[in-house]
Amino acid sequence: MYCLIAAESAIFTIFVVAYLFYIGKSLTGPKPADVLHAPILYTICLLSSSLTINLAVRRLSAGNMAAFGRWWLLTIVLGSVFLFGTAREWAHLIHDEGLTIGTNLFGTTYYSLVGLHAFHVTMGLLALFAVAVFCFTSQLQREHAERVEILSMYWHFVDAVWVIVFTVVYVIGI
Amino acid sequence: MSATTIAISEVPVRPVTLRLHEWVTTVDHKRLGVLYVVYALIFLALGGIEATIIRLQLIRPHNALVSPQVFNRMFTMHGTTMIFFVAMPMLFGFANYLVPLMIGARDMAFPRLNAFSFWMTALGGIFLYFSYFGGDGLYGAGSAPDVGWFAYAPLTAKTFSVGHSTDFWTLSLLSSGIGSIGTAINIIATTLCMRCPGMTLGKMPLLVWLNFVMAGLVILAVSPLSAAQLMLVVDRYLGGHFFDTQAGGSAVIWMHFFWIFGHPEVYVLVLPAFAFASEIIPVFSRKAIFGYPVMVLATIAIGFIGMSVWAHHMFTVGMSAGANTFFVLSTMAIAVPTGIKIFNWLATMWGGKIRFATPMLFCVAFLFQFLIAGLTGVTLAVAPLDWQLSNSYYVVAHFHYVIVGGILFCIFGAFYYWFPKFSGKMYDEALGKLHFWLFVIGFHLTFDFMHVPGILGMPRRIYTYEPGRGWDIWNLIVTIGVAFQAAGILVFAANLVWSYFRGKRAGNDPWDAWTLEWSTSSPPPAYNYAQVPSVRSRRPLWDLKHPEDPDWRYE
Amino acid sequence: MSPTNIFAPVSTPAESIYGLSVFVFSIVAVIFVVVFALLAYVVVRFRNQRSSTEPTQIYGSTQVELAWTVIPVLIVVALFLATARVIGSVQNQPRPQNAIEVTVTGHQYWWEYRYPGLNVVTANELHVPVSDPAHPTPTFLTLLSADTDHSFWVPRLGGKTDLIPNHPNQMWIDPHETGLFVGQCAQYCGTQHAKMLLRVYVQSREDFERWVHEQQQLPQIAASAGKRVFESTACVNCHTVSGTPAKGRFGPDLTHLMSRDTIAAGAADNTPEMLSLWIRNPDAIKPGSKMPAMGLSDQDASSVTAYLETLR
Repeated sequence: MYCLIAAESAIFTIFVVAYLFYIGKSLTGPKPADVLHAPILYTICLLSSSLTINLAVRRLSAGNMAAFGRWWLLTIVLGSVFLFGTAREWAHLIHDEGLTIGTNLFGTTYYSLVGLHAFHVTMGLLALFAVAVFCFTSQLQREHAERVEILSMYWHFVDAVWVIVFTVVYVIGI
Repeated sequence: MSATTIAISEVPVRPVTLRLHEWVTTVDHKRLGVLYVVYALIFLALGGIEATIIRLQLIRPHNALVSPQVFNRMFTMHGTTMIFFVAMPMLFGFANYLVPLMIGARDMAFPRLNAFSFWMTALGGIFLYFSYFGGDGLYGAGSAPDVGWFAYAPLTAKTFSVGHSTDFWTLSLLSSGIGSIGTAINIIATTLCMRCPGMTLGKMPLLVWLNFVMAGLVILAVSPLSAAQLMLVVDRYLGGHFFDTQAGGSAVIWMHFFWIFGHPEVYVLVLPAFAFASEIIPVFSRKAIFGYPVMVLATIAIGFIGMSVWAHHMFTVGMSAGANTFFVLSTMAIAVPTGIKIFNWLATMWGGKIRFATPMLFCVAFLFQFLIAGLTGVTLAVAPLDWQLSNSYYVVAHFHYVIVGGILFCIFGAFYYWFPKFSGKMYDEALGKLHFWLFVIGFHLTFDFMHVPGILGMPRRIYTYEPGRGWDIWNLIVTIGVAFQAAGILVFAANLVWSYFRGKRAGNDPWDAWTLEWSTSSPPPAYNYAQVPSVRSRRPLWDLKHPEDPDWRYE
Repeated sequence: MSPTNIFAPVSTPAESIYGLSVFVFSIVAVIFVVVFALLAYVVVRFRNQRSSTEPTQIYGSTQVELAWTVIPVLIVVALFLATARVIGSVQNQPRPQNAIEVTVTGHQYWWEYRYPGLNVVTANELHVPVSDPAHPTPTFLTLLSADTDHSFWVPRLGGKTDLIPNHPNQMWIDPHETGLFVGQCAQYCGTQHAKMLLRVYVQSREDFERWVHEQQQLPQIAASAGKRVFESTACVNCHTVSGTPAKGRFGPDLTHLMSRDTIAAGAADNTPEMLSLWIRNPDAIKPGSKMPAMGLSDQDASSVTAYLETLR
């Protein structure tokens, strides 16, 4: 999983570099400061989900399946809320601000970077959902704690990437 | 030993469909290794045909063997094929086969990921060659990709590359990239977690170390290429502007992203080649490798420094003097650990009792040729000289010297060295030597003389050239060398096939070698080792054969 | 005697590179000879003499490793310093007042030259004055691109520099000899990359001034059938002929077409036959170039050729 995270980090690094390089270089179209509003609430949701997934894994190691199930579900909910927030932001940007991936350099780099992250969140949620199914069909056992923990590492990675994306897009890039 | 015998007619002959199914669904690292290597050999033939067409077109000025459009596809496909569908699968195949055996493991850490990685790589090759058929017939399409293997922007933009050829290039490499990263993850996990008892990191064979560092490079380097290709897809299909210079985008940033992949990629290719040399040279010199710890450190140094040299492919792009100077320094710096390795191999041979069987012949030629390749590389590291020689046939000569003269020669050595282990048969030594000499002659005819047109001003990627520039005779000689190389490869293929069916039985250890794979049968059983071995030194079989003077006393 | 030999420099950047390369190749040659000698010695001296005993096992030596680390590092330092000096001298060359300035724009598959200070526009054949080393009159080129990446490489005049869209570059030359110096595009730019040839005419000061003067004049153009065809067909969409309604910028400026020795960026000599063939069927000369076959009748093609022949 560490190797996979290293490879994915390299991919994200390239998209972040492109984003940083193109700050201020759009020839036309909306600028970040004009149209972006930092998604604080959704960020809190996503980052809290790291906490909840950690708690879930600990419950599983201790054999407490019911508590694990609750924290796990909460993680999924928080992640889904984050995705919903991204969708809402994009709908606003596209329909109200006229910013699409093809509008200008800002649009291209913004949707690519945030979209790549959202894609990774989606993949993570699918995996989390699969585990939830195993849990609620009573197939998940305490012995699986290590595997679930490895999956949670991926989730932490996704959150860490969001910290960087958030900083680059909503702090540095404005 | 069982006393009952089974008559030949009673041994059930498994139907072809069942055997094929076993191969297609295998997760055994040895079978996957064989699949990779066979796959690579097929694409070697295809890439070789493309090279032959290139050379025949360039045999004389204003030749009209093929149109410029076809020629431009030839060099693009030749480069892409050879790097991604010959060299990488070949080396991954050998790594797959050998790494678990050499660390006393029964398989790779993730056998199913292993299979998945192979099939993703294989799919990539199919996508790429499908372009020959699928390209034409789509509106505005142009058949196989013709943008060069590094596909510089904005030539790859929809405006300039109408049609789908670039997309086949992108798709094929995205697919094989996933395969490469999967294999790299496997090699790292296997190396870190599955070594047999007693085999600390400092006691692994150098082959394992070199593949381990290679895998780390793949993880860090292939991903940037995938990222850049995703950006290219966004530009071509979603209206993005990553490399759209009309919208303020940068063509140079594609170059940075590509070469951040492209340069470490050559270390991905060369480190496993070094691995072969590091196993073969000691055995055929009858001496332990000289300076094992330094060899490991040099490898790690190459891995690190290799990530910092990429813009030496961009000296002519107009970077500042400061940036150019930095990349000169980093590029020259990497010559130091590389040179150290050459010296260590020489020192291994010094004082030895060298046996010139075919594997060793190829490794000695490798030393000679890699020395030259490295030195021409040093000349290219001198940025002002690169301003003249970049994008010329001197560079083409240099990198073919590395990849063919260095890497391919080591691969041939590895084939001959491990063929007995994989097949249980010995190859024919006379044919092996014939292959060697034919190929050496062909290689030098082609690639020694190829430096000259570069110095005389001939750029690369041109489908024809003007007479009167002094290039004609050199191009002719270069093309003639192809015939010898092709002959050598045919002899090689014939040897492999014939020996597989009719070769003399090889025992477990025909070379009197010292690493673990030679302790099991040839070919190894599916489970590799009936009992997991345990080791005390870097050469466990030396210890067994020389109980009075074991290595662990000296390490 | 190749006309594109990098080791036959006639201009300061090429000469600096040549001087540096002598130093570098000498060092490299010495390294090669030493290591090759070691390899040859080892291969001969330690051939197996049918012995069944193993040789003495030697596992390493710290002193030896140190020696062959330190010496290469010193060589790298020497090479690096020599290189850094030439990089600085070529890239950071200040532009003197009397430098000729040319804006070079790369196109698929031809070169556009504009001399902003001299009001000259031409294509494919660059004229520059010879430069006396005592009182240099260099030519500074600003390199742009209208489409894909290209690279300006005339080996005897200097190293190559790329022409990249949205990324202007600079280079300079100061040839010490008059004559014609050739090269070609050195960055793959598409189908006819191979025939994007370069011709640089280095002239004495008087000859250069005369050329400039001729280029600055409007040609004497009489009305003709060919001129009518030219101006009523799509020719004017791509080509400029100063003093006429033809103001296209996609293709080369044709105002002084007859002052050039070649057409199609060096792909053919500038003769009436070649010109006529180019107009009727460009793919016969340069397949994949951006000049379309105009579909003119034979008569129209002849008259247009005759018209172009008047553009001196």
